[in-house]
This record gives sequence, structure tokens and C-alpha cells, in this order.
Amino acid sequence: MGLQLYDYILSGSAYKARLLMALLGVDYQPVAIDFHPGGEHKKPDFLAINPAGTLPVLVDGDLTLCDSQAILAYLAQKFDPTDTWFPTRDPGVTGRILQWLAFAGRLTDTAGAARLHDMLGRPLNIEKARTNAHMVLRELEAHLTEQGFRGDNFLTGSNPTIADIACFPYTALSPDGGIDHDDYPAIRKWLVAIRRLPGFIEMPGIHRLHDMRDEADA
Amino acid sequence: MTISDVARNDWYPVAIENLLIEGQPETVVLMGETLTILRAADDQIKVTAADGSECPLTLRYGHVWSSIGRPEHALFDIPEAAEEGRRMVDCGPVRVKASPLRVVENFLDIAHFPFVHTDILGAEPHTEVEPYKVEIRDTVDEVWATKVRFFQPQAAKSAEEGQMTDYMYRVPAPCVSILYKTSPPRPGAWDVIGLFVRPISEELCDAYAWMALYDEDSNQTDLVQFQQMIFLQDRSILENQIPRLLPLDPKMEIPTRADTTSVAYRRWLKRKGMTYGAQLVAR
Repeated sequence: MGLQLYDYILSGSAYKARLLMALLGVDYQPVAIDFHPGGEHKKPDFLAINPAGTLPVLVDGDLTLCDSQAILAYLAQKFDPTDTWFPTRDPGVTGRILQWLAFAGRLTDTAGAARLHDMLGRPLNIEKARTNAHMVLRELEAHLTEQGFRGDNFLTGSNPTIADIACFPYTALSPDGGIDHDDYPAIRKWLVAIRRLPGFIEMPGIHRLHDMRDEADA
Repeated sequence: MTISDVARNDWYPVAIENLLIEGQPETVVLMGETLTILRAADDQIKVTAADGSECPLTLRYGHVWSSIGRPEHALFDIPEAAEEGRRMVDCGPVRVKASPLRVVENFLDIAHFPFVHTDILGAEPHTEVEPYKVEIRDTVDEVWATKVRFFQPQAAKSAEEGQMTDYMYRVPAPCVSILYKTSPPRPGAWDVIGLFVRPISEELCDAYAWMALYDEDSNQTDLVQFQQMIFLQDRSILENQIPRLLPLDPKMEIPTRADTTSVAYRRWLKRKGMTYGAQLVAR
């Protein structure tokens, strides 16, 4: 049996895995979990697979991975012959990529949580989540602005890596949680650069670039 | 603000019946009032207002329906719900920061399919909306659009290829829209999809999608998520519509031919005095 992805269509974390697999041309079998309204991810059958009750989960033979960042690292190492999505030869580059993977977790905890509140009515201190999300986005904006000065379009250089894929979904989806991108021009430019990648796929809330938009941004 | 009688005295969805767990109350807000829904130990479902008074209750189409007023009419009928062989699918509530009426109106629109639901419910260059028929049926007090046809790359989870899809739309209550569309596995029959909207405030609502489909193959969760995918593509568009309230003044926006259903819907709302979530005069 090939790869299986326990998936939820509206999950930004599951979308990280779907997106990287699309960009790498990897086939997999999706298994839809009824996150909403059924709450299947907190029920015994699913907890037996992932005790944390989170999505996505990637299963490859005997291997089960329950963390979206770890899934990205695994997929890149296994399926990217060019070794550009997760280069590990230069310790400085590897360190920086891992740092951005951890940063992605902060995006999930702030902008991602605000989105679940606004979209699915999950309880949350929404004002605090939005304030914290803006702090995280300001860090990202500052870094991408510096990258722009260097002529680099992506988080760790001129090529996209799993760092970009990890940080992309909850940044792009933050307006779903009432966190708009008006103050973040470098982020907006970066989001477009990722949407332009060959093989890019969309998810609800992240639209593909239409032809007219392409020209306007060029 | 005062809530008009027509808005107060109507039925709204407050919960999904199957998901209510005995002894675990759920609270929701309906037009500013907090309601508690409880499945008691005797399996009876009750809805109570904040002051402890019991609210009206109807259990139908998989949902618990209630009201902050006194509905004098029964909940609208969907005869297809009783037809044998249909799969009933409760897709769950999705919160939208928009007027409940805008959410219903968007559900009635097909012109946006190629641009918002690209390669699923529509695709360029098939963007033309052919003329269709719209009427306010006075005998039943409902808005109907019929003879709607549109090319769809993937009309439903069950669709294997692109097809011309026939549609009918029906608005049986101000915050409810029901669409009928060609069932891909049964081209002579209609799949039925309802959108039941609960206004939380005039500019915030929970939208519950519900489907009664002919589809013997698809997994239930896949069906739910297909519909959620479609609805979430609409959500970001809806939240950016200005003004947030639905304008009922015909001078406010310029409709095109494809918007005939929307024009009839707005006229019908105005005639009924359904002003909750609406803007009567341009401001």
C-alpha cells in the first residue's frame, strides 16, 4: 500500500502535506476524517492512530507521522531527488529551516486558532489570539522584507523549501480569522510567489491565481 | 433594535439532531438571544431561552429548529426528504461574518461558479448564464427559479465528468434556500441541497448545509467535505461584501440579467417586511 493521508479539507495543516505532495508529484490516498461537525478526530478509532487527536496523519507502511512539520521533512527527504526542498548539507540552512518549522507552529496557535473560532465557532479568547497573530505576522513581514533586499523571494533563500510550505497555509488563511494582510506587503508578495509555483494546488480560502491577476502582479 | 415580527416568529436551525449528546447542553445565539438545547435523559430534546422559558421546537431534516417568537406556521415542507433511496447528509454549521440574507442570496447565484468554484461548479470559458425563469409563487409565498442550466466540471462528489446541470432554486423562508440539481448518478432525478441559516446578529450567522442525495458510492465524510469545500470558497467572498447588510433599495446596486433570482428575492423580502439583516434605504 502506498501513502495514506488522514485528511480534513478545511485543515491548513493537512493542506501543507497535500500541497507539498502536489508540488513533488507524489501520489497518496486521502482518508477524510469528519473533523467538523462529527468530531471524529477525538473519537477512539482515530485516537488509536494519533493519541494527540490532531490532523493530518501520514502513514507510509510501518511509519506513522502525526506532526505536519515532521511530515513535510519526511516527504521532502524521501521524494525530492533535487534535494532543494529540505537541503541538509549546510548546517546553517538546516537550522534556519527547522526554526521556520517551529515558527509555523506559532502561526497555527494564533492565526489558525482565530480561524477555527471565526469559522467553526470554537471557543477562544479571540482578541488575544488576533493580537498574538499580528505579532507573529510582523516578525514574518520583517524577515521577508529583509529577504527582499537580498533579492530572495522565499524564507531561506531564492528557492522555496519546506519552511515556506509550513508557514504558508495559516498566513494565507488568516483573513478567515479576521486578521487581514493590509499591513504586510512583503507577506502578500511572498504568498503570490508560492501560489505561482508549478504544481500549486488551492484549498478553500486560498484561491489560485487567475490569468488577469497574474498579469497585474507581473 | 427591534426585530420585526416576521423575523422573530420564524423557525431557525439551532443544532444538528444526531450530534446532541444526552445530558450535554449546547448553547447558540439566535438574533441576539442565547438558547440552550438539551437532549434530556428521556431522549426528549428541549430548547430554552435565557430566562428559562421553553422555546418552540420542530425536529426535521436532521436539524433542531426553534424560534425566539411564536411561529404560527409549520416549518416549510421538503417533500423529497421523504423519498426512498436518498442519502441524508448534515454538513454542520459554518460561521460567516455577513448578513444571513447575503448568505442566502449568494446560494441563489450561479454566475460566480466559474470564478469562485473554479473547475468544480464552473470553469472558464463556460461563464454564460442562459435565461431562466423566476417567479414569486403567491399561493405558497415562496421564490422559485426554474429552467436554470449551467456547465459544471464536477457537479457533485459523485460526478465523473463535466456535464450540463439543470438547477431549480426555491426560497421557502427568508433565511433558507433549497436547490435542486441534476443528480449525476441519476440524470432524471434531482439532488436536493438546503442551506439553513441561523442569524446570530444582523451581520453574523451560522449556515447549516444539508443534502438529500442519490449517491450510493461516496463515503459520508467525503460528501460532507465536498460541500464544506464549496461553502468555504464562498465564505471569504461573502465576508468582503459591502455593505454588510443586504440592500433592499433597488437603486443601491445594478443587477444584470443573471441576477434575476436575487432581484426577486430582495423584492419578496421587502414585501414581507423581512428587514433583519437588510438595509432598506441606501446610506
